[in-house]
Amino acid sequence: MTITDGDYSETRRLILKCAAAVALVGLGNIPFSLLPAFAAANDKYPEDAFKQKSDAEAIKVLYGKTAEPSDKVKLDAPEIAENGSVVPISVSSSLGDVTSISILVSENPNALAASYKIPAGTVPSVANRLKMAKTTNVIAIVEAGGKLYSTTKEVKVTVGGCGG
Amino acid sequence: MASTIRVRATSSGETTEVQALIQHPMDSGFVRDAKGEPIPPHFIQQLTFEYDGKNVFVADWGPAVSKDPYVKFAFKGGKKGDELKVSWSDNKGATDSTTAKIG
Repeated sequence: MTITDGDYSETRRLILKCAAAVALVGLGNIPFSLLPAFAAANDKYPEDAFKQKSDAEAIKVLYGKTAEPSDKVKLDAPEIAENGSVVPISVSSSLGDVTSISILVSENPNALAASYKIPAGTVPSVANRLKMAKTTNVIAIVEAGGKLYSTTKEVKVTVGGCGG
Repeated sequence: MASTIRVRATSSGETTEVQALIQHPMDSGFVRDAKGEPIPPHFIQQLTFEYDGKNVFVADWGPAVSKDPYVKFAFKGGKKGDELKVSWSDNKGATDSTTAKIG
């Protein structure tokens, strides 16, 4: 992918706006941490989890527990993403009894990007494309047998894309 | 109106692989337009795949999912010629759905 001069100044402005947005969101964040843990078992959209700013808070609100690192969670993401508005990310797991897979981008304005419910009979593997505001950790969470497992990978972002 | 959803579901005998591409702006609410006005958030919150009366995959999305989202997954079973129902709803209450034949 090549970036022309015109695109460059455009995207540069975007990065600055992103940074401002991140700062603003930070100020209004405090009340959300007081919300009770959200049950992830039903099919309701987990609105509160998506509003959390930090990855740790989002995981707590979504699942009500913490994850332990595991090499049985496989996270495929590029080392370097040239365009932060479209970063291909896929997660799979060799664990049995997987019930959900979630993907978080640590330093996005809201860390939780996507959460997938995996009913029995569905293969614990998902591929999608996410936006990343800047270079940061991508965290894959797999819920298996009622426990949480995670893998983290840093993705370097050349051009941020918290917009579209 | 043409559907916003494009789905390809392919059965390999044991499993069915599903790829979906949806037309949607996925505005995050953090971006401003050319005049400096903030573009309000507008994004798909839930995307559901239903086969044989059961959900085989449910995606809960925040605004960090890329514009015109793409998703790929697979489920066990699924016969050629059977129908897979796909539907989404966004934060403004809009919805769309389609059915795809497993090939």
